[in-house]
Amino acid sequence: MENIEIKTQKIYACQISDVPENGGACVLIDGEQIAIFNFTSKGEWYATQNLCPHKQQMALSRGLIGSTGTEPKVACPFHKKAFSLKNGACLSGEDFTLKTYPVEVEKDKVFLYI
Amino acid sequence: MVGYKFCEKLIAKSGNDLYNITVFGEEIRPAYDRVHLSAYMGEKTIEELTMAPLDWYETHNISLKLADPITNVDLDRKMVSSHSGLSLPYDFLVFATGSAPFVPMIPGVEKEGVFVYRTIEDLDMMKAYAPKATRAAVIGGGLLGLEAAKALLDLGISDSNVIEFAPRLMPRQIDQAGSDLLKGKLRDLGIKVHCNKNTQEIVGDGKIEGMTFADGERLEVDMLVISAGIKPRDEVAKIAGLEVGSRGGILVNDLLQTSDPSVYAIGECALHNTMIYGLVAPGYDMAEIVANQLVGADAKSFTGFDMSTKLKLIGVDVASFGNPFLEEPDCQTIIYENKTKGVYKRINIGNDSKLLLGGILVGDASQYSMLLQTVNNKLPIPEDPEDLILGARGGEGDAGAGVMALPDEALICSCEAITKGKIISEITENNATTIDEIKKSTKACTGCGGCTPMVKDLIQGVLKSQGKVIRNVLCEHFDYSRQELLSLAKLNNLKTYDEVLHKHGVGDGCEVCKPAVASILASLWNENVLGTGRLTAQDSNDRYLANIQRGGTYSVVPRIPGGEITPEKLIVIGNVAQKYGLYTKITGGQRIDMFGAHVSDLPKIWEELIAAGFESGHAYGKALRTVKSCVGTTWCRFGVQDAVSFAIEVENRYKGLRSPHKLKSAVSGCIRECAEAQSKDFGIIATEKGWNLYVGGNGGSKPRHADLIATDLSSEECIRLIDRFLMFYIKTAEPLQRTATWIDKMEGGIAYLKSVIIDDVIGINEELELEMQSLVDNYKCEWKEAVETPEIRKRFVHFVNAPETKDPTVKFEEMRSQIKAEDWNIAKF
Repeated sequence: MENIEIKTQKIYACQISDVPENGGACVLIDGEQIAIFNFTSKGEWYATQNLCPHKQQMALSRGLIGSTGTEPKVACPFHKKAFSLKNGACLSGEDFTLKTYPVEVEKDKVFLYI
Repeated sequence: MVGYKFCEKLIAKSGNDLYNITVFGEEIRPAYDRVHLSAYMGEKTIEELTMAPLDWYETHNISLKLADPITNVDLDRKMVSSHSGLSLPYDFLVFATGSAPFVPMIPGVEKEGVFVYRTIEDLDMMKAYAPKATRAAVIGGGLLGLEAAKALLDLGISDSNVIEFAPRLMPRQIDQAGSDLLKGKLRDLGIKVHCNKNTQEIVGDGKIEGMTFADGERLEVDMLVISAGIKPRDEVAKIAGLEVGSRGGILVNDLLQTSDPSVYAIGECALHNTMIYGLVAPGYDMAEIVANQLVGADAKSFTGFDMSTKLKLIGVDVASFGNPFLEEPDCQTIIYENKTKGVYKRINIGNDSKLLLGGILVGDASQYSMLLQTVNNKLPIPEDPEDLILGARGGEGDAGAGVMALPDEALICSCEAITKGKIISEITENNATTIDEIKKSTKACTGCGGCTPMVKDLIQGVLKSQGKVIRNVLCEHFDYSRQELLSLAKLNNLKTYDEVLHKHGVGDGCEVCKPAVASILASLWNENVLGTGRLTAQDSNDRYLANIQRGGTYSVVPRIPGGEITPEKLIVIGNVAQKYGLYTKITGGQRIDMFGAHVSDLPKIWEELIAAGFESGHAYGKALRTVKSCVGTTWCRFGVQDAVSFAIEVENRYKGLRSPHKLKSAVSGCIRECAEAQSKDFGIIATEKGWNLYVGGNGGSKPRHADLIATDLSSEECIRLIDRFLMFYIKTAEPLQRTATWIDKMEGGIAYLKSVIIDDVIGINEELELEMQSLVDNYKCEWKEAVETPEIRKRFVHFVNAPETKDPTVKFEEMRSQIKAEDWNIAKF
């Protein structure tokens, strides 16, 4: 396979306090809806597309987060399809994958690499 | 389907490293699930029926040519040419061309309104035509014909007929008695069955108006679906010069090779040993055999296939297994028939009473998997063979032992050919202990799904045999049942999810334990559910104090106690709905629901409602919903008590009460029961002397009549009993267990419940009453708190970086002068 150069850009998303502890919030960046998760219990931040691929609903940021074993996950509020926050894989046995984005936190600000 | 499955299996065996795979298909879309085609009329979308999306083919380097059927094969030069003019050489060619509907030569079949039932396009055409039709018929009472009849029902045609040439329905699967019972069940659903009917002509001027039969009768219909059987798609094979059967089908040997050894045929187009296999499981088996040969794995041969089937037809279980039609004196037959319950079971036992040979199940096929295994593995049968269908009576019965007694070679999932041994090794070696994990690693349960209960039993059985005790714990994060955790949280005075997790759980929690713990905390302390440490543990609807609906907007239900409302308040609801562009509908609980609210409008809507004196209706919570009432003595000439006043009193007492599941109630003013109190979790019916109290009623998919637990109570006595009943339920039920199931699962049932909350045999009634009183005293309208607390209110936005912007993907359509959510079956993006 040839190497594909991935060009990403660091973009300011929101304040830390905009995302509730152990929960998610949605940001609009360049017309794209991105769900950001403040995984306080692990001290991690994650970001995925906000669209649940199952029924095409903009809802993942409102989902419950948690873990299966050590895998961090989010469950869509509509039908509880669960997805890995690390790589976007569907954990409910279906062929869906979410886009994920690297997150960086500096002081009180949250940045995404898009 | 079989063609796709062949690709999947070939790839799983790394066949795509050996071969370049090209798939030619006649239809415009990739392979989809025809077994569940009738679901396309209702709950399923084409995306959900699709076996694999287009990028699956891409990922696996399969070149997919859609709408481009192969038109000729040059066997000598090993070349195929397609409709679009492509020419391609091959090393191996696999026909998986399936079948086409067999359309009998009936005069008039070309008329408008006559359809076949095979492809998505057929269904789309039926969908488009159905609104013009009021009476419809299906020719063919086989499996597909009955599926087609279901599709007609789903299309809203209430007058449907099934015409069958044979004397009974599903002649290849069930016997006359089974067919008679099925007929009765179908009649209840509005489908009339006519057997022994030979259609002579389809009449009508241009379009169908009726049908005439050989017996001189006539049926008026304006739509007809023909599902009289299949004919294998062997045209191209015939042109190519491959041998085909005289009645259709590409001839294959036990290796599924056609008369040219580098050409195979699998699925419904293949004719093996005079049989065409019109089911998916044998097709998948054939795919496996050919894929094995192509990668050089050991070549098992195809030796026919067990045609046992279990299906759910229009909600009715139908199954047949082994040899269902054996009769005395070749066997002994045991028949159980219960017409009131709509159940028919027949088993055929060997004359030596040692083996089960086959049978038929209609109405209740829950024993199918076990019976099939008993036939296939020649398992010993009980001394009283009727125990097989009636269950052991009197002796020690252990349902779990069934699947554990099977040999390792026993086929558990026949669609994917997964054995018991394979599943056990997944559980013991790869630690797959959930259905989802087994599905992912073995593909078992992903075809027809019929084996799911057995796989569940198997997981339980294996874990049990490993000494792992299966307790009713919440999830992987809490090693406690709901009841245990509630006691612990109370004892330790825990008030947030994180406190409970740190003290009594492990890991980070999940979508199962978070709402369960949140509900426990609300039931214990009745503090605002959106408070710090609780907000993100709430389930979808509680998190925004509203019900999430299609498209991601919310619906709003203000409390209207007892269903009584002033004209002034009605006007406020009207004004609010108009201002925020909401759809309004009266609910079943005598309230008004407003749909289509953007998340950021919710606090503004509630500010206006609260100003007019409304409170939260908790329609979003596992909490008290509504106490319905009839007008009682205030207006009704039959009423014997003031039902409305008492309903308002009861609703105001328990409003905001959170419980393991939702709670509904009603008060009727007399024995006529207009408020339907006996279908509620607790229902009250007026008598001349006071009130009768009923508990454990339920509507929904499994209706249950409530049980009467006390009669002629005063209002105070009645409330005291309800206090105890609700509090006992809240403290002991499983998560998401309604009162009906709670009572049904309770050891000792309703008698035990009465002994606790009436006779106080365990001495907890005083405590229960005190606990309830403290919850009642602690009630505050949570919406009022939410709009007045900036920290809570600020979470009601769609975009945190653009709080004023609403979700631009929310789209509404117009229907009957109101809005409705855009259909989510239409892909938006």
